Amino acid sequence: MALSFIEGNEAIGRGAIAAGCRFFAGYPITPATTILNTMLTLLPPLGGICLQAEDEIASIGACLGASMAGLKVMTATSGPGISLYSEHISFAAGSEIPIVIVDVQRLGPSTGSATRGADGDICFLRWGNSGGMPVIVLAPENVADCFTLTMHAFNLAEKFRCPVFIASNKEIGMTRQSVDPDALAKPDIIRRTPPPADKPFLPFQIDEGQRVPGFLPIGADIPVRQTSSTHGTNGYITTDPQEISLILDRLKNKLEAAVTEFSFYELLGAGQSETLLIVYGVTARAARAVYRELKSSGRPISLLILKTLWPIPAAVIRRAARGVKRVVAVEMNLGQYVWEIKRILADQQVDFYGQMDGRLISPQKIQETIING
Amino acid sequence: MVSLLNNARPPVFCPGCSHERITHTLDKAFQNMGLSGDRVVMVSDIGCSGLFDTFFNTHALHGLHGRALTYAAGVKLARPDLKVVVTMGDGGQGIGGAHLLAACRRNLDLTLLVLNNFNFGMTGGQYSATTPPDALVGSAFLNQLERPLDICRVAQSAGAAYVTRCSAYRKDLAAEIQRAIEFEGFSVLDIWGVCPGRYTKKNRLTPKTIDDVLAGMPPMEGSVAENFRLEYGRHYRQLSGKLKPAPEPPRIEAEFQPPDQQRRELILLGSAGQRIITAGEILCLAGLTAGLNTTQKNEYNITVMRGPSISELILSPQEIDYTGIERPDVIVALAPEGVDRRRQIFGQVDGNTFILKAADVEVPACKARIHEVDLISQGIKKPDWALASVGVLAKFGRIINTEMLAAALKIRFKGKTLENSLELVEKVEIG
Repeated sequence: MALSFIEGNEAIGRGAIAAGCRFFAGYPITPATTILNTMLTLLPPLGGICLQAEDEIASIGACLGASMAGLKVMTATSGPGISLYSEHISFAAGSEIPIVIVDVQRLGPSTGSATRGADGDICFLRWGNSGGMPVIVLAPENVADCFTLTMHAFNLAEKFRCPVFIASNKEIGMTRQSVDPDALAKPDIIRRTPPPADKPFLPFQIDEGQRVPGFLPIGADIPVRQTSSTHGTNGYITTDPQEISLILDRLKNKLEAAVTEFSFYELLGAGQSETLLIVYGVTARAARAVYRELKSSGRPISLLILKTLWPIPAAVIRRAARGVKRVVAVEMNLGQYVWEIKRILADQQVDFYGQMDGRLISPQKIQETIING
Repeated sequence: MVSLLNNARPPVFCPGCSHERITHTLDKAFQNMGLSGDRVVMVSDIGCSGLFDTFFNTHALHGLHGRALTYAAGVKLARPDLKVVVTMGDGGQGIGGAHLLAACRRNLDLTLLVLNNFNFGMTGGQYSATTPPDALVGSAFLNQLERPLDICRVAQSAGAAYVTRCSAYRKDLAAEIQRAIEFEGFSVLDIWGVCPGRYTKKNRLTPKTIDDVLAGMPPMEGSVAENFRLEYGRHYRQLSGKLKPAPEPPRIEAEFQPPDQQRRELILLGSAGQRIITAGEILCLAGLTAGLNTTQKNEYNITVMRGPSISELILSPQEIDYTGIERPDVIVALAPEGVDRRRQIFGQVDGNTFILKAADVEVPACKARIHEVDLISQGIKKPDWALASVGVLAKFGRIINTEMLAAALKIRFKGKTLENSLELVEKVEIG
């Protein structure tokens, strides 16, 4: 076994390349800048494009253009940049443009602290787009996840034609870690599906058995339309309520009804305990330490580490919580995802510990929350 | 010569709108160039100019207000073979000003048609970035307070190599649009027209008065010689074509036995310029040469040449989960800036912690064992202090040993730097 020593942001860049990303546009922002640096090192020699755009709006805008021209695209920023991405996140969601968006979260609100970690954007990523269409959000906990989940993110963006977020954190992105490159999980590559050749092309037509329209790139042999306006299957503006609701209902269902196909998680010690700890992101690392410590004590816990956050993997959460007396949710914010957990586990006791002070949540704090509950 | 107009969707502009005239003129330019719809991309945004993409049987990308140039950049970089024509209004030009400047500076081969009718027609005739202060518009008196923008002078000073100001009624407009499309680089046409639905209801503006005003302005007619340069995409491909594939990160095989089999935590407390982060990395690489798992977390001020520099390292034969350090096994104290930033850690340590400190650095009173090294009297320069301290730890056999350190230096450095660093860790005295 040989080990390499890389940070989470570099692993995201390498995962993107492995997934077939050939276009990256970004704007420097701590703690996401080293993704831009990585892509600038990796992409141009492969014939790919790495653009440092004039601002975040242009970064994601250029990605949408390149994605519509058929390339696999990614952009990366932190919370203040996600704010600026918003109008184009709803464009990508509403007009089914595949894109991977990395949020290396830093302590907010607003410009906050550039070099302090947090998970303060978790609900913002889901709801920070006008119209409120669902998106996919994956949360890595370490360098290996950064690589593998980025590959999954590209696959999901291609398969479902939607924005897919990587919700990283300064504490993962800028922390270097030894990793065995040969042990990294590398999922098979998925590419967007072309439309059937035997029918006239309509840009938003759904074929039988399909959940998303077949994709033709701008630049194909026949003209391809893309629009941010409310559109019918032909890609032209429509005011027909039935046509509108057909498309918008589909945008919701194509992701929410499919979440079991991409519910990434880890469940440790299932059924062995009265307490279930639920965490995601870098906090999972402290939670693992607690799990190990308590395993050998008289009060073992179960631990659910969520790696798919949106759409909510409700079935996973319900299954993990079956029979437990108490659920403890811990987040690097003042309480966001816990409200989803409370909604899903309405009949169960759900306690919460949150912390927003720029420091990692320590195993000790988690253990205190569990023991003092 | 085949028209690219979409017969199923004829223009829907107000009677007398110059946008309709431009629609037909643009089609004429496409026809004169013999372009088919699959070779052309119409990119548009919000406002009446944003209807353009629907009138043509071409590729189309319609998006948010002022952002058309951003999508166009992505399309053109991905598909340099396509003709990309962007339509924006004076409103979109105002809200997307940063994108116009960037497009001018970048010189990607796009053609921008600004359909300038001096107001926001679609939302009620509010003033835009080009509305004259004496016009009567839907923003009460506000346009009297601001000076209109000269799109062409801005474009020219931002580096656009092709800039034309003209009337929508200009007789040879189709030929001028063709010249702009054929120009290899970013071209801007500021096309003045009338908005009968809003603007000309209260303001006198006719093809004749547009001509009169234009005649009184310095001409802006196509090529801007001082801005000529290589097109962005061509230049990008030229430069990137020479690059060799980036190497994979080094893979490090375990070849040594570590001094012990415990999880060890270490904090380097220094200041900018002491190469704290590099020393931390080398210490981790040394761990890797003995098969240890490692993590490195750094902290430094955004003004990178001043202030504290801190590196937190964990080396462990087990998987490392939590990367926070509350009670380090080793603290290396090399500058007051770093010590001050982590002052509280000294209150948490006990006799199990070993502090290695530079002779001139004070640390708070604590229970740890303290070892002092006088790096100044050894003639070691500040940028080498952190690495020299790692050398001291290796000589003590704390966390790493000297053979692990030498191997790590050989992974990280080459040539003269390697020689110097090997010599440094060899000669440093443990004090």
